[in-house]
Amino acid sequence: MSSAVQLAAATGHGLAAPGHGFLSPTGVEIAFLLVGLATLGAAVVTVTTRQLVHAALWLVVTLGGLAVEYLLLTAEFIAWVQVLIYVGSVVVLLLFGLMLTKAPIGRSPDADSGNRPAALAVALAAAAALVWVVVDAFRTTWIDLDKGVQGSTAVSGESLFRHWVLPFEALSVLLLAALVGAIVLSRRNGDTGGTSGTTGTGGTGGDKGAPTRGKEKR
Amino acid sequence: MNDVLDVALRLLALLLAFLVLPLLVGQTEHKVMAHMQGRLGPMYAGGFHGWAQLVADGVKFAQKEDIVPNGADRRIFQLAPAVALLPYLLVLIAIPVGPAEGAVGQFVDAGIFFVLAVMGVGVLGSLMAGWASANKFSLLGGLRTAAQLMAYELPMLLTAASVAMAAGTVSLPGILDAFEWWWVPWQIVGGVVFFTAGLAELQRPPFDAPVADSEIIFGAYTEYTGLRFALFLLAEYAGIVILCALTTVLFLGGWHGPFADDLGWLWTLLKTAVLAFVVIWLRVTYPRLREDQIQRFAWTCLIPLSLAQIALTGVVKVVIS
Repeated sequence: MSSAVQLAAATGHGLAAPGHGFLSPTGVEIAFLLVGLATLGAAVVTVTTRQLVHAALWLVVTLGGLAVEYLLLTAEFIAWVQVLIYVGSVVVLLLFGLMLTKAPIGRSPDADSGNRPAALAVALAAAAALVWVVVDAFRTTWIDLDKGVQGSTAVSGESLFRHWVLPFEALSVLLLAALVGAIVLSRRNGDTGGTSGTTGTGGTGGDKGAPTRGKEKR
Repeated sequence: MNDVLDVALRLLALLLAFLVLPLLVGQTEHKVMAHMQGRLGPMYAGGFHGWAQLVADGVKFAQKEDIVPNGADRRIFQLAPAVALLPYLLVLIAIPVGPAEGAVGQFVDAGIFFVLAVMGVGVLGSLMAGWASANKFSLLGGLRTAAQLMAYELPMLLTAASVAMAAGTVSLPGILDAFEWWWVPWQIVGGVVFFTAGLAELQRPPFDAPVADSEIIFGAYTEYTGLRFALFLLAEYAGIVILCALTTVLFLGGWHGPFADDLGWLWTLLKTAVLAFVVIWLRVTYPRLREDQIQRFAWTCLIPLSLAQIALTGVVKVVIS
């Protein structure tokens, strides 16, 4: 008798686990949602604020929020790399560029390029494509948060260098091309030696930074 | 309940270390610098060799008026010291002090990435301060800080990657578990590069062009007074503690040493203290590098050296495995 009850309980549990309910509010899921909302809010402020440096700082909040989301999904490695590359380097580079150019305290009314509708369209299209791809790829896959870390460094490294080596290498070649391109762009024509100052700024920022510098120069 | 107590005790210990160790380094700097320059340094506060000088300084800072310049961006100006200081407190969590399981605030799987990422965030505080002060000296200081960070972050990462390669793990306790004594000569170039780049990231002499007092007053911190200024100073000394502890853990074997099972934590502290002494020593002995010299040193010297270290690590790793 009791074994039958246990069996029923077990099957009931077994059914519940894959079903998981559309909204089964565990603590982590609620936190995930809240952080997501905060991140979204920060992102919206980033693109709507009229103060340039504030936009860059809100971008820090946005990227940090994303890192927290990765952490909640147990992808620890990705989260810290996100902070290291984006908050630590890309935003510092952005701020550097902003300080070099005119970044007054207060509003900069001339900072709007008038491309709002086009930007909105591109953003919506990109968001729709991403959401569609992610939803289509994972549908109702659930991460079992209790079963140890599934995004640890070991797991990430293994999948990166076992299953995804070719895309990884292709990406690094792409970055190298961008780096070489930035050096070519930042060299003045016919200038053979170049002062130490220009070579310094051309190289500042490493593989990620150099292309951005090139863009800002134009 | 026991877990909660355990976490609370750990956090309390971390907070204590965070508040005490930087002050110790600061006091040591006062005295060591003074003696190297043939002075006595602080002698009165507290009685015995001026041991309470920094406590007195803290009281003084707390009494000063907290001024925000009229043209400044108020909120960012006020937020900047916290952004500069808090990351170092977070980093302290991941640094192992002893061989035991519980001798680290919190085990972080991707420890190296965690510490370097969070340390990089601290520089944002200087940038915010530099921009929000509405002062051209502050802005120049902020610019120099940013340029310096971008140049020196790369060699730091590369040399840390070299240690991770040698140990086959990126967690700090894991690296210490894998440590052998011959790693010290093997990784010595990387260690020197890491330490130097860390000094530059902290804007310590000889890499203190961002706060060069004879050129740009005090760089990004020019407009700060009172407690907020003290917080920036505290961040600098906390940064010294963190950098020395990290160099100890990554390159000098952390708690390894005679009687490591019982006295491991002492070894960590001792090695950290020696490195902190070196930091002070460098301040007294080297003149400030010029801005272009700082950039050239990073891009033409430190980065090639760290790449060479990575190559060496890879070759040795392949040969011995």
